[in-house]
Amino acid sequence: MADNFFADNLDLQFHLDRLDLGEVVDSLEDGYTQAAQYPAAPRNYADAMDNYRRILHLLGEICATRIAPRAGEADEAGAHFQAGTVSYAAPTQEALALLRQADLMGAMLPRQYGGLNLPGTIFQMMVEILSRADAGLMTLFGLQEISSTIAEYGSEEVKAQVLPRFARGEVTAAMVLTEPDAGSDLGAVQARALQDQETGEWRIHGVKRFITNGAADIHLVLARSEPGSDDARGLSLFLVERDESVHVRRIENKLGIHASPTCEIQYDNTPARLIGKQRFGLIRYAMSMMNGARLAVSAQALGIAEAAYREAWRYAQKRAQFGQAICALPAVYRMLLSMRGEIEATRALVYETARQVDLLRACDRRGDRTRTRQLSRRLDLMTPLVKYYATEMGNRTCYQAMQIHGGAGYMREFNVERHARDVRVTSIYEGTSQLQVVAATGGLLGHGIDDLLDEWRSPDDDADLAPLKKGLEQAVQVYRHCVDHLKGSEDVQLVEYYAVDMVEAAVHILNSWLMMRDAPHSPRKREMAHVYVADALPKIQCALAALQAADPAPLRAHKEILSGPF
Amino acid sequence: MPYNCIVLVKQVPDTAHITGQAMKEDGTVNRAALPAIFNPEDLNALEMALQVRERHGGRVTVLTMGPPRAAEILREALYRGADQVILLSDKRFAGSDTLATSYALKCAVEHVGDYDIVFCGRQAIDGDTAQVGPQVAEKLGIPQITYAESIEALEAQYIVAWRAFPRGREKVRCSLPCLLTVVGSANQPRPPSARRMMAYKLAATPLEYAALLEQYNEFESAAALDAYLAERGLQIPLWDADDVGADTTWLGLGGSPTKVLKVDFVVVERQESKELPATGEGTTILVRELIDEYIL
Repeated sequence: MADNFFADNLDLQFHLDRLDLGEVVDSLEDGYTQAAQYPAAPRNYADAMDNYRRILHLLGEICATRIAPRAGEADEAGAHFQAGTVSYAAPTQEALALLRQADLMGAMLPRQYGGLNLPGTIFQMMVEILSRADAGLMTLFGLQEISSTIAEYGSEEVKAQVLPRFARGEVTAAMVLTEPDAGSDLGAVQARALQDQETGEWRIHGVKRFITNGAADIHLVLARSEPGSDDARGLSLFLVERDESVHVRRIENKLGIHASPTCEIQYDNTPARLIGKQRFGLIRYAMSMMNGARLAVSAQALGIAEAAYREAWRYAQKRAQFGQAICALPAVYRMLLSMRGEIEATRALVYETARQVDLLRACDRRGDRTRTRQLSRRLDLMTPLVKYYATEMGNRTCYQAMQIHGGAGYMREFNVERHARDVRVTSIYEGTSQLQVVAATGGLLGHGIDDLLDEWRSPDDDADLAPLKKGLEQAVQVYRHCVDHLKGSEDVQLVEYYAVDMVEAAVHILNSWLMMRDAPHSPRKREMAHVYVADALPKIQCALAALQAADPAPLRAHKEILSGPF
Repeated sequence: MPYNCIVLVKQVPDTAHITGQAMKEDGTVNRAALPAIFNPEDLNALEMALQVRERHGGRVTVLTMGPPRAAEILREALYRGADQVILLSDKRFAGSDTLATSYALKCAVEHVGDYDIVFCGRQAIDGDTAQVGPQVAEKLGIPQITYAESIEALEAQYIVAWRAFPRGREKVRCSLPCLLTVVGSANQPRPPSARRMMAYKLAATPLEYAALLEQYNEFESAAALDAYLAERGLQIPLWDADDVGADTTWLGLGGSPTKVLKVDFVVVERQESKELPATGEGTTILVRELIDEYIL
């Protein structure tokens, strides 16, 4: 087992070194004036980056030496439910205590509330490192996003009351959105929030299901505040401090992430406080919270994939068959290379997206409306693309990692078995892959990737990359035609049916572009760019072929085939 | 009531990560080739002191004797919550054995003054002598509790602690002030705090100013850096033999009766074997022998 999950990860360090967070940190640190007030605040950009590196190193060490070695035990024991009370497995409790002692539970919160005031990009790196150690623990750590939502939209009173407790790690949170009949379709939420006409106090009634960490102390609950409404505009967001009116009815018996309790909750006349404005609960606050969570789940899938890859690589070196280590067999190292390429492409995409989220916040803070709107539109496309790709990639990687282990990987004794179970949920929760495709479709039909391709353009005079670039540029031409073709179609079902091919083509193009952008900066990344594009270009062409054909036959036949006798 | 704690710590070569160059040809440890770390059981000692402060109040002062580089572990102690750290460093300490080291530390502890409990790790992973703690206590003229695993009670004038041995535990009561040497099973040392790490990362002794000036060009001179550190409470005091009033005849090589004549590489080989019957009785004999050999 490695000693430090940051120090041993050259690719993660590559991105930390190369990401330009200058504008972001300048804004977060109010032009570095906070240093006068807070001893932990950086004096300049270099100082801030040095802090971030130290924090990642600290977390990397805790994860490698204290958390990862007990992740199997946490998985085996799982969270426990008895007589209405939920308790974490012992290793989970200890891991949370360590993270609390290390002051890492208020990573993004402002310093005035005791937080570390870190950029979201650094937080996502922390999520990757932590998920590599224990994917189930990540949900408890990653729910820091909720305190950031409170910091962004809560009243001063609520913030002063709640946020310091988050920063000290005294409380954890749950994002309480879904119900038995409102999963992907959150606009259908039925839980009611009733306001006392005299006191103005809100009370919540209703049942919520599949709530990650539902026994948390603080809940952000989506509920219907407008009686008689039946859509998203009738929903508001409420803060609830768990009391005896909040009943955990059960926890789910899941395939993976056993450390994280998934709860069914009943609210019975529970006192609640409104967050932000009425009726904006889903369309603004929950969507914003979910966008953050989607990125965090992407980083989670990335961390699990990294763990699985390393298990596979270790095993492939050790395991001898046919008189040689199996990593020398093309069929095996092809899988290893494909995994590495996909992991590194995902990392580039995740941190680039995270950086743009940080930029958006910086622009919003200084009131730059034009750029805020532009970045916001861009992220409406990038977030579903990265969630789609990273989580599907995580699943593919874990599948291959188990494959490399052969029969051994199917056994409980090997970590890869746990990784394969843990990663499965990432392409389901916080919006399924299919929902991400829907979310990305509009942006893609509007040629939303064009300005990204411009921004991430690699130098034209690199002879080594020229052939790759030529192949990709041809593919981009075809892609644009296909998008226009699809856009011109009046058959909405046809567009939705083939949207996934458009997403596949687009995300592989973007990834290839990022890999080529990074290639000139290190020999390792140059080789990786070749490996990735060799793998990705045929996939792009395949998706484009499906788009070009856009064969209507399956749509015509689906009712007959799926509804008929079989 | 609050208790003032002094924790004696040591920077040691990381013997758990030995590389090919760990030993020099003359048989001495090649310190330059090994990463230097906080001696593991000293972290347990620090943790116990921090817990005393959390429960009862008081101050935690961390003291180390070593080369300029040893300030690294003092910063780590600050990241973990120490109130004050001191580096005891002087060329005249070089070559000290456990007797000379404990004399220097005794002088430094007295110079800190006003203490209730001195904590040490049971032993360091480089020398493995476990002598320094007990010798410091002797020289200070205070009682000692070696192999301390936990503190059961701490009241005005006395402490009740558990000592842990391979084959049992012992509960002792002792008057204050006293010295404890702490075993690795005592606790899980807390990790550094990210916030304190950022706040204290520049904490330095004057011996490190040159390196800091090279690293951070924003400070124009040593004086400017010193003023900056002073304003933020980031100066790590540096004490030499004179500061702590040590008699130099008891220090360094001259004050060290221990002389290393020769270092051998020891390879443990099996010398004899014994066959026991696979019966209940045979198992009993085996278990008894293992207990007698301190293996179980």
